[in-house]
Amino acid sequence: MSIKVRIPQPLQKLTEGKAEVEAEAKDVRQLIENLEKNFPGIKARLCDEKDNVRRFINIYVNEEDVRFLKLDKTPLKDGDEVSIIPAIAGG
Amino acid sequence: MSYVKGLKCRECSRIYPKEPLFVCEYCFGPLEVDYDYDKIKKKLSRKEIESRPKNLWRYQELLPLDREPTDGLDSGFTPLIRARNLEKALGVKELYIKDDSVNHPTLSFKDRVVAVALSKAKEFGFDTVACASTGNLANSLAAQAAVANLKRYIFIPADLELGKIIGTLIYNPVLLAVEGNYDQVNRLCSEIAIKYKWAFVNINIRPYYAEGSKTYGYEILEQLGWRAPRHIIVPCAGGSLITKIWKSIKEFKNIGLIDKADTRIYVAQATGCSPIVTTIKENSDIIRPVKPHTIAKSLAIGNPADGVYAVAAVKESGGLAEDISDDEIVEAIKLLSQTEGIFTETAGGVTLGVARKLIAQGKIPKQESMVVCITGNGLKTQEAVNARIGSPIKIKPNLASFEEHVPRSPK
Repeated sequence: MSIKVRIPQPLQKLTEGKAEVEAEAKDVRQLIENLEKNFPGIKARLCDEKDNVRRFINIYVNEEDVRFLKLDKTPLKDGDEVSIIPAIAGG
Repeated sequence: MSYVKGLKCRECSRIYPKEPLFVCEYCFGPLEVDYDYDKIKKKLSRKEIESRPKNLWRYQELLPLDREPTDGLDSGFTPLIRARNLEKALGVKELYIKDDSVNHPTLSFKDRVVAVALSKAKEFGFDTVACASTGNLANSLAAQAAVANLKRYIFIPADLELGKIIGTLIYNPVLLAVEGNYDQVNRLCSEIAIKYKWAFVNINIRPYYAEGSKTYGYEILEQLGWRAPRHIIVPCAGGSLITKIWKSIKEFKNIGLIDKADTRIYVAQATGCSPIVTTIKENSDIIRPVKPHTIAKSLAIGNPADGVYAVAAVKESGGLAEDISDDEIVEAIKLLSQTEGIFTETAGGVTLGVARKLIAQGKIPKQESMVVCITGNGLKTQEAVNARIGSPIKIKPNLASFEEHVPRSPK
């Protein structure tokens, strides 16, 4: 078991075209590090120069925005699903 | 002839081709249409615009098409009304209503963005269009895509007002009512958009779609006699409309169609969903998402994608932000109806209610010109006012019954 991560289109070039990858992590911060290990270059796209998640990226754990949870300290366990989604317009 | 150079990231300025792209591959910033303003300046004059048909395409050079427009040919150019009764009620000198509650064909400002999005989607060769919507976009996309003979998939939060659901279903789209709030609908649609090659107007067509909102601003400036008002109060959900109104003023100034761009822009939100107002009041740069709880469902976006740009527009223009309660929203809807004869939806109540509050607080000077943005129609959100407007007086069909029941001097 591990964590399922849905990768947005702009980053799929880094994941060999895969829209979904597996990762091992205990929280969101570790997840980003784990993704970086397997797909070098991905962290720089997700985080800014201060190491914060970029402001136009939304990260969801099991459909909930991490900003309603514990941000990058949001805990993860086996079987969790994480979505990385760019912000989109209103309607 | 095209006046569009390409797309450009708003954050890092990287350049992208004119394609159905919406997000910068590097920093995830939103992409924006990049125009050749020198060329536009040579072509567009006040006289040239005034000679054209009264619809939103009279500003065609400032919209992101490469071919002639095909959709929404009767949309836009809605009335700008000098609201004399409302001026008296609020004690102000010069107040206008920009009334998109009568926009064609579906009675909201979304007819503008959809006109542009569908024209562009056809240029790109899409045969299927889709959107995530709080209602007005659903109505407009369903209607205009029916006219355009495009397949249409529409995603809404399941708890929308009946008027908005019927006003979508009548056009026979595939309508998906998602169990969740708009932000959850949005997230789902982002995932669907990756997998299905559709023109999602507010996802992969967003840079083009959003430009349509500028026409609301251009019209205000033209209808005021080619000048900018001192104050504009704008309802905010995702923050796109206010950003584009601010852009419309700056563009008209830059290409010489107006002399001054000295307008202050104000954000109006409902207290039950006011992430942009909170950011401005706290003088912060970070938008904290919220879970919406308000009758203003068309503004119930807790995670506003363009929130940071709405904040920037307010700061740059010297404006402010304010929020009001659901009760104040209903009061403002009634006030607008009973002074100007315009029945607006909850979003319009938010805008007028916030304007009223800012005027009462002395934050908008009573002597200066102001425009209140009314963007949707009250017939679509009847639930919001239903219990607050009394009921008909029931009588029998005879004179005695009439005289028995009817007050002598009706208010």
